[in-house]
Amino acid sequence: MHASDNLAEADRLTTVCNSCRYCEGLCAVFPAMEMRRAFDDGDLNYLANLCHGCGACYVDCQFSPPHEFDVNVPKVLAQVRGDSYRAYAWPGFLQPLFDRNGMAISIVAALSVAIFILGFVLWHDPDVLFTDGGNFYRLMPHNVMAGIFLAVTAFTVVALTMGFRNFWRDIGANGLKGEDTPSLWQAIKDASSLRYLDGGGVGCYNEDERPTDRRRIYHHLTFYGFMLCFAATTAGSVYHYLLAMPAPYDWYQLPKLLGTLGGIGLIAGPIGLLVAKFKREPDMLDTARLGMDTGFILMLLLTGLSGMALMLLRVTPAMGILLALHLGVVFALFLSMPYSKFVHGLYRFGALTRYAIERRAGH
Amino acid sequence: MDRDAIDVLVVGGGNAALCAAIAARRAGRSVLVLEAAPKFYRGGNTRHTRNMRCAHDAATDFLTGPYTEDEFWDDLYRVTEGHTDEALARHMIALSKPMLNWITEQGVRFQPSLGGTLSLGRTNSFFLGGGRAMLNALYLTAEKLGVEVHYDSPVLDFDIEGGQCRSVTARIDGEMRTIRAKSVVAAAGGFEANIEWLKEHWGPPADNFLIRGTPYNRGDILKRLLEKGIAPVSDPTQCHAVAIDARAPKFDGGIITRLDCVVFGIVVNKNAQRFYDEGEDFWPKRYAIWGRLVAAQPDQIAYIIFDAHSLELFMPSLYPPVTAETIARLAEKLELSSEALTATVNRFNASVREGTFDHTVFDDCRTEGLDPPKSHWARRLEQPPYYAYPVRPGITFTYLGTKVDKQARMQLAGGGSAANLFAAGEIMAGNVLGRGYAAGIGMTIGSVFGRIAGEEAAKHAR
Repeated sequence: MHASDNLAEADRLTTVCNSCRYCEGLCAVFPAMEMRRAFDDGDLNYLANLCHGCGACYVDCQFSPPHEFDVNVPKVLAQVRGDSYRAYAWPGFLQPLFDRNGMAISIVAALSVAIFILGFVLWHDPDVLFTDGGNFYRLMPHNVMAGIFLAVTAFTVVALTMGFRNFWRDIGANGLKGEDTPSLWQAIKDASSLRYLDGGGVGCYNEDERPTDRRRIYHHLTFYGFMLCFAATTAGSVYHYLLAMPAPYDWYQLPKLLGTLGGIGLIAGPIGLLVAKFKREPDMLDTARLGMDTGFILMLLLTGLSGMALMLLRVTPAMGILLALHLGVVFALFLSMPYSKFVHGLYRFGALTRYAIERRAGH
Repeated sequence: MDRDAIDVLVVGGGNAALCAAIAARRAGRSVLVLEAAPKFYRGGNTRHTRNMRCAHDAATDFLTGPYTEDEFWDDLYRVTEGHTDEALARHMIALSKPMLNWITEQGVRFQPSLGGTLSLGRTNSFFLGGGRAMLNALYLTAEKLGVEVHYDSPVLDFDIEGGQCRSVTARIDGEMRTIRAKSVVAAAGGFEANIEWLKEHWGPPADNFLIRGTPYNRGDILKRLLEKGIAPVSDPTQCHAVAIDARAPKFDGGIITRLDCVVFGIVVNKNAQRFYDEGEDFWPKRYAIWGRLVAAQPDQIAYIIFDAHSLELFMPSLYPPVTAETIARLAEKLELSSEALTATVNRFNASVREGTFDHTVFDDCRTEGLDPPKSHWARRLEQPPYYAYPVRPGITFTYLGTKVDKQARMQLAGGGSAANLFAAGEIMAGNVLGRGYAAGIGMTIGSVFGRIAGEEAAKHAR
């Protein structure tokens, strides 16, 4: 017996797929399936998080809808995956945040922005929001800013770690050993290249049976844009504390250079992903979780947009509001990470690691 | 521009049809493809295929070793027991060599042989993602080249005079039209889904047949062409029949309803009696006789019975086996006579001679003094739980076709060749495959003759 209808349906699909096997060259999910004959909930959650949703198996399957066998692997695994994010979330009483996730993320974001605006106003006088001059730290001292974000990051790291622990235990994986290093390296390569979002080599399938590689490109822009922004922030801290060079920076200095490049990625990437999401064949989507999917993408887009706007309009009267907006969005993004689609990256990386280990074990 | 005038009309929408359409379009002709099935079911049996048998000189990324033309011919001769046209078959085999490259150029991708199919790793090229993926790639290429494709658009009649097809009547997107094509390629499959037609030769038992492919393989085009004076080829009564799970849907159950466990147990009919040597030969060489064997049993049903020893020795299939702790209880669940099944199993068990079981070789586990015997892999059914799969004949394809020459040109019943009518795929497979089957050969026939038909049709349409 399975814990949910979605898991029961996923189990039914493993029976169909394991007696067919035509898709085994498309991605990691089907070879992982073939290593098993019986599937408990943990196995199914592992497969669901291994699936990148490229859609190739849907357009290639002779039994996909409207066939009476109704084999829809991308959709069912998306549903199981979404359920698993909720089940692994820590602490447990926050799991319902996944139920209406788009709404939850919006509320967190709006509240965060409001608190920053209110904070600036209460801390100083209201006029401070609209003075120009381009100095962030007049609005909020650097140490306070750093302190707030360090605290939220610490909480997020703990919550994400606990969530990952729940996932890792559920899928029945063991602790990593020294001999697993090549597998870990393999997983890093597979994750960073989105190897399994390529539909078996020609690109993923989105609106129909014509493959494109757009989603992979947009995801790369988003992910590497995010990492560049993160690097920009880190570089800023190094400049500030170690080199005693406080902001603002010139365009050619690392914080600005990395942040600009990252910001462009973090704007172009999410827009592309959103467009692809709304063009996607509805039958392949877990439509119940559209709010979670779009909520997270929108948060990333807002991060990119507000950051770039802040940089461009730093010396105008809009700076105060924009700073509050940007800090509020970034704060909300980090705070909501353990309860948003952000977790997909962690669990997928874990699943890829597990898969690499299984493959090396000689199955 | 006259929308009803076209250079090459292709009737059908599977591998052969698309290869013909692409080849003709690449030769610069305007091409219209009319597929009778809706888009999802396009391509007939191609959507259920997974590989193609082509001759090749050396191992490749996906093939483990060479497969010479002579070896291919030997295999074909063996499976057809000589029911083939040597000149035509050798022509096809020779052209199967460049086919691997050509089909790759049309967007089709390959992968190493699938799990559980190691025996085909040297001879057969497996499509990445299976037959529907292969079809999708061909359609995509055809569309990019400017081939016009219509679904739900059956061809209803041919106006043929003196071996010349003057026009074709079709219902295209719901509208009756008369298409004047300079050349016509018929690649519309066999008649395996036409139960009435099957009953002409098989009688009422055909009502109990299951059809492994789509309900659209009705043979309407084949029938019309034969009526209009095209010469037939091969045995009109025969079809390729295997034993598949009796719980499969009437149509389109495909590969996942097959059962590979006959050699591990015994097979009984509805009277709980055995009727054939289950261990006569390796399964890949014998699976194709079991459809016919079951078709000859009362009510066209049989049951594969095995025990816990064998459960994990074969590929899983869609439906779980019927399970019971005793043979008598198993019989009840199958609605067979408990006494009769118990007696059959006891008789079988008593006749099993000790041996060393090895399902990868002809082992020495056999029965003695039993009729029919089980010549290999005979082990007593003694380890509960006991399992059973009900099986029925599953029809894959039919052999009757239109006679063609090396240019894939249809031959006339009164002698001579049709001027502008070509055939490719299952509708003419009987020319080279008059009996039996070898994995992947249907796709070879489709691709090779599809390409020939397309090129010859294009030449004629100049």
